[in-house]
Amino acid sequence: MIELLASRYAYALMFVLLGVGLYMMIANENLVKKLIGVNLFQTAIFLFFVAVAYVEGGSAPIVPADPNPGELAMASPLPHVIVLTAIVVGIALTAVGLALIVRIYAEYGTLREDTLREVRADE
Amino acid sequence: MSSVELLPALLVAVPILMATVPIVLGLRFDRTGWSVTAITTAGVFAATAYLAADVYATGPVVHVLGGWDEPQGIGIELVADEFSALIALLVAATTAGLLAYTRAGGPRGNTFYAGYLLLTGGLLGLTMTGDVFNMFVFLEIVGLGTYAMISSGDGPESAVAALKYLILGTVGASLYLIGVGFLFMATGALNMVVLGDLVPELMAAEGEPTLLRAAFAFMFVGFALKVAQWPLHTWQPDAYQHAPDGVTPLIAALVSTVSAYALGRVMFTVFGPEFLTATPYLTEIVVTVGAVSVVAGSTLAVVQLDVKRMLAYSSVSQFGLVVAAYGLVTETALLGAIVHLIGHGMMKAGLFVAVGIVALGYGARTVDQYAGLADERPVTAAGMAVLLIALVGIPPSIGFIGKWYIAVGAVQAESWLVAGVIFLSTMLTLAYAARLLEKMYFTPASTLESPHAPEAVATDGGDVDADEAPAVAGDGGLLRESARRGSPGAVSFGMLAVLVTVTVTAVVLGFAGGAFGDLLEPFVSEVFN
Repeated sequence: MIELLASRYAYALMFVLLGVGLYMMIANENLVKKLIGVNLFQTAIFLFFVAVAYVEGGSAPIVPADPNPGELAMASPLPHVIVLTAIVVGIALTAVGLALIVRIYAEYGTLREDTLREVRADE
Repeated sequence: MSSVELLPALLVAVPILMATVPIVLGLRFDRTGWSVTAITTAGVFAATAYLAADVYATGPVVHVLGGWDEPQGIGIELVADEFSALIALLVAATTAGLLAYTRAGGPRGNTFYAGYLLLTGGLLGLTMTGDVFNMFVFLEIVGLGTYAMISSGDGPESAVAALKYLILGTVGASLYLIGVGFLFMATGALNMVVLGDLVPELMAAEGEPTLLRAAFAFMFVGFALKVAQWPLHTWQPDAYQHAPDGVTPLIAALVSTVSAYALGRVMFTVFGPEFLTATPYLTEIVVTVGAVSVVAGSTLAVVQLDVKRMLAYSSVSQFGLVVAAYGLVTETALLGAIVHLIGHGMMKAGLFVAVGIVALGYGARTVDQYAGLADERPVTAAGMAVLLIALVGIPPSIGFIGKWYIAVGAVQAESWLVAGVIFLSTMLTLAYAARLLEKMYFTPASTLESPHAPEAVATDGGDVDADEAPAVAGDGGLLRESARRGSPGAVSFGMLAVLVTVTVTAVVLGFAGGAFGDLLEPFVSEVFN
């Protein structure tokens, strides 16, 4: 078990982060913090992909200009590209989410979900 | 590269590019959004029909993006095969047809139509992508478009519903992404067809492919959220209810449908029947999730007061049927699931259009307020009645064919649970459909004159009935009282034409059971070869 954690700590860390994000999303009453939880959740997945790409002793996946570079040990570039795309998607989602929160705040005057529930129940 | 091969890429790119046009034109002109969208979606529909004709005549059309024809299975492909062409047709037809409703019924504004086109492009991309990671990107594009569409309602409730969907939808898509990560770890490929070949090899080599199982588990839970399966359905009723009337048909007919299609694609093209049946408890879990959704969704639908909410819960139950059919892993059940996806999308689009017409022209939103509808709005009531009966699954209608194939598949697979659930779901569907039919046809309208407590509160509150604001604003300063009773003048010919067309198609396709079987036969038999 200890050995597994020592060699695979990146994955363990990823699932801890995932859990923290998920907990924030569920337990926090503040809408902005909920959205931060979503971001944390996604970031954990990005780290997971980066960890997948790692090759022991590998360098950054930049092929030198040398026409015959010989044997190269480098991290897989594909997950990096995936993460790059996913980050862009995540930013777009955060932007839309924040826009919605701004509108909710303008309409109801609160960012807390429990207060929001009361306000909506009163109407 | 022939011209047909270009079509899949154009069908995705053109709507997304055109989505910027209404905003740019909006700087100078006020109301160009509808025209731009109408031209684009009409073009997209024509192109999709041409593509589908080609697919059914000569077989799948594959477009390799950027000419990246690498054999390792990491280049992105757009694929139109027998399955995706049918879904693409549904998407194109619904987005084009629904414009006849939004023309007069709203929501209006150039930014709304920009979102509309973005959603169209995203849905078509999700339908045709042949790459598991690309599928995630399109899932999120569809999500973004949907959140924007839902929040385009005037009331503050719509923003809350959209945020709820945003948080849950993002979690769903992210779980799917984790699944993609595990799949990539196991195989090193992202292309669906390549994955479909690698998965059986891995199974033969390893016996207990833990990574593949983890990948499937994450993907399935992610899609269960997106498709709104019990108990992950909680975003859906809010989203459907609080979205503007012009948007609900679009979301109800397409967004969850295309997600369910994506689930089917992942289950059958990527993992394949061999993996599904060889993994212990997998099919049992899928069938149980679907079956529980059927029962829970219909039961919750029966007790709803608001018609839109009732139909939303009905969607939970109908998608449960599709997921349960996937879980049976037989040719007939898969065929039934596909037909039911198409049929349900069409019927729900029609029903929500009818709900919009009734809200606009009659001011009724709850089941009780539908009393006497048949006398005042005979065409709408008749269309709605036929669609409800089709949803129950009474022949001849497309709702019947889907359920029939699924039921036959369940009997073939000797899954008496699913067979029983289909029977039960038909009864429960009848329960909520009959409630509405009884109100429309057999309860006199006079009951409507007595003020209903919730409606009175809503009217005094001022903000809550903002869903009806387009009707009020459209006719300029109507009195509150008459707004409650609706304004029949606000119902345009286009709206009724859409409703009648959908209704007639749903019935006519009831005779096309064999045709669906022939069209989908190449795909289904390739999956189960």
